[in-house]
This record gives sequence, C-alpha cells and structure tokens, in this order.
Amino acid sequence: MNSSDWRPGVLPEAIELRARVYRQIREYFQSRQVTEVETPLLSPAGNTDPNIESLTTSDPCSYLQTSPEFAMKRLLASGSGSIYQICKAFRKGESGRRHRTEFTLLEWYRVAFDYHQLMADVVALLQQLLGDRDVVKVSYLQLFQDCLGVDPYQIEKTKLADIAHSEAGYRVDEADSKDMLLELLMSHLIEPKLAPDALTFVYDYPASQCALAQVVTDDAGNAVARRFELYSGGIELANGYQELTAWQEQQRRFTAENQKRKMKGLPVIVPDNQLISALQHGLPPCSGVALGIDRLLMLMLKADNIDRVVF
Amino acid sequence: MASYSTNEFRSGLKVMLEGEPCSILENEFVKPGKGQAFNRVKLRNLKNGRVWERTFKSGESLEGADVVDLDMEYLYSDGEFWHFMMTDGSYEQHAADKNAVAGALDWLKEQDKFSVTLYNGAVLSVTPPNFVELEVVETDPGLKGDTAQGGSKPATLTTGAVVRVPLFVNIGDVLRIDTRNGEYQNRVSK
Repeated sequence: MNSSDWRPGVLPEAIELRARVYRQIREYFQSRQVTEVETPLLSPAGNTDPNIESLTTSDPCSYLQTSPEFAMKRLLASGSGSIYQICKAFRKGESGRRHRTEFTLLEWYRVAFDYHQLMADVVALLQQLLGDRDVVKVSYLQLFQDCLGVDPYQIEKTKLADIAHSEAGYRVDEADSKDMLLELLMSHLIEPKLAPDALTFVYDYPASQCALAQVVTDDAGNAVARRFELYSGGIELANGYQELTAWQEQQRRFTAENQKRKMKGLPVIVPDNQLISALQHGLPPCSGVALGIDRLLMLMLKADNIDRVVF
Repeated sequence: MASYSTNEFRSGLKVMLEGEPCSILENEFVKPGKGQAFNRVKLRNLKNGRVWERTFKSGESLEGADVVDLDMEYLYSDGEFWHFMMTDGSYEQHAADKNAVAGALDWLKEQDKFSVTLYNGAVLSVTPPNFVELEVVETDPGLKGDTAQGGSKPATLTTGAVVRVPLFVNIGDVLRIDTRNGEYQNRVSK
C-alpha cells in the first residue's frame, strides 16, 4: 500500500468554491420560486442514447442515472412546477481531463419557458457566479458557416469526411454517420475557435441530434431541434432543450435509439415507460437544462483537469 | 501482437499506425455531452521521429508494435554499420545502419552504453545516455586563469562532435556533455 495515496486530489480552494457555488445556486432559485428536488440515482430504466453508456448495478435491472431528466419530467407532469436539482450522474467509460465516470450536474426545468428564455435564465445564474461576461448566441448553421464555411444541412458526408481527415487527422471510416462527422468537426475544429471568455450559446441543432428536444422546421426548410449548448473557456458547460412533450415521438425516439444500439453491438436498454406514461398524462410546456458543476468549477479556477475540483 | 483499445493508450505504449511503429505521447478523451466520443492522440513515429496527431473513435484499437528498448554497449563501426552488443551477458550483437544511429552519432564512444530500440528484431534507433564524457581533440589554446565566466569557443571531441565550451578548456580535457541539447556541462577531472 502506498500510504501517500489517501489524499484527495481536489484543491483546497475548490472545496470552498463548491460550497459557495451551491449556496449561490440555491439562493438564485429560491428567489425565483424554483423548488429544489431530489430523485433516485438508481432506476429500473436506463438511457437509450447510443452515445451514453449507463452503469448497471448487481441489483436486478438497476441502472445508475446518466442524468435526472426522466425522473424530473415525471415530477413536472405530476404538477411540481419549476424545479431544480444538484445531483450525481454516472456515465460508463467517460474518463479524461474533462470527464469523470461520476460527476455532478445541476439540472433545472422552467415551466412555460421557451429555450431562449431558458438561455437568458442560464446567463442570469452564471453572471451571479462568474461576474459579468459577454454573451454570444449563434445558431449551429451560422457557426458552421462562420468557422468552416459549410452548411451542415446541405453538405455531403464525403466533404465532411475530407475536412475531418485533413484538418483533424481523422481516419475516415465508411460506416461513419454524417452526425458523427459533424460532432467531430464541432469538438475538434469549432470549439477551439469560440471566444474563451464569453458565454457562447449554440442553438438550433440538426434534428438528427435532437436528443430530447422539440423539432421544428426553420425558415430555410431545415428540420432543427430546439436545443442549445453552452460553451465557455473552451469547455462544454451545459446542454438544454425546449422539451419534447409528445409521448408518441418520445416512444419512437427510444425505439430508434435502441435500434441504433443493436446495430452498433451495444446493449439494448430498458426504456423508461413511466416517462412515456407521464407524457401521456401531460408534460407542461417547459424548457430544461443540465449544467456540469465540476466543469463550472474548472472554469472558475482555470483548472485544466477535473481531478483538481472533485474528490 | 496484442492490440490496444483507445482506453488503453498510455504514454510510451508502442503501436503500429499506417504501417509505422509509433510511441504514444498523449491521449486525450474528447466527448460532447450528446455525441460520439473520440480520442485525440499524439504519437511519435519511431522511424523518423515525427510527431503525428490523429483522432480515433473511442473504442477503436491499434495493433501493438514489436518494439523493445535494450541496453547495449557500442563496439565499433565498419563504415556502413555501427555494431552494438547486449550487456546482459549474452554477447548478442546488433548492427545499426546510418539512419538508425543518426541521433547518437555525435556521442558514440566505444564501450559506452546506449539504449537501442529494436523493431521486429532490427535496430530502429539508438538513444545516447543523457550525459556523456568525451575528450577534446581540437580547440584554440586555453586562456590560463580564465575559469570564470565570459566567452566561449568551439571544441571538437573524439567523436567529431563540435560543442561550445568555455575559454579555459584545453585539448586533452574530458568534458561532460548533455546529449539532449549538446551543451557543455563541466570539465571532468581525470
């Protein structure tokens, strides 16, 4: 046994800062009549997203949550009103400078907010925590046009593959989907170009990357998801949606995602049928967002490794 | 050879990439909250020393490279090959061509120990120790008493390497040299 290994890697100032951030978050939501809630970390249903792997427990059919989204939506459908939660989430195999298998999320839902109102809410909270910051809002389409000179909706897959190969050193694989290539260009070529000190919201994602957001048709005839991502300091901080409320569509997405899982040889996940039932009963129009607390602390302390801000 | 998945990529791991043996320098996990996970990897091509940056989907794998680093003693050169001998008592010899020995050429002294990298059993590269001690064979006469700072001059060592040395250094002096930057460290008393 190495006796010096017992010390947590967290910086002393990160311990203090986390406590202060939690206090300020609670004050912020309390003053806006948003209720703090707690939902189970363990669930008999998992996340079907083919890019997110759930941790399972030896307890029969129990998944550790990858986010509190489904449980919080059941609260919303039951009439909770606007709610927030600070909780742990778990994603198998995610480990790196900005990733931990176990991490902390702040997730909140605002009833009757559209996603632009929710972005303003995110800004109001972050201005309290970070002080004044420039806010940039740019659509996914505009961002690709500005940074790479391409229209992500119209461009052919082979052209994206060429850029991925020449600009990001990517070994192109015939089986790669267009979305996968777009994600690669986003994280490798576009994110590094975003203004480091600003809060940059990217919104209106291709419908194929809708996750749990509503999909609409934009002026140019593209199917876009009412989804946004927030970046600051080169870090992806938050992901939000104007929430999908149609239960049939939610069920279709669960099924489609499990089919993708089968094709990729990934385990098929038990979908959350209680969420479907809750949507059948009726989810009030709302928008919700998840913000990575550990990454927020990294940003505030200019830490380059998540190990410095978590135990 | 075994193959290694991106989550096993560690600094120093030797893998094959595009038919070339490489050593992994850095491996960064990159993943959007919703979307495909990638690993951004820096590798050194062990044949030419160039650094490559490549992106892999997380979970992809590369074949391991049959590359080993062994301690060997430098014996002699026949003009075409440079010969090294294992120091493990086996007396096994390996010949390096000019390309493989290029990085160590300035510091090759007989009976000194070098780290020899073998790829599929053949010498791929030769790495000198961080410090070597070599004798000066040619330099301007030393300035007596000038043992402090001020000025430098070129000096040729037994290996043919030319290094900048302080003015007090004389022919016949043995010098300690840092092979990583080719800089003079100090004079070694005989």
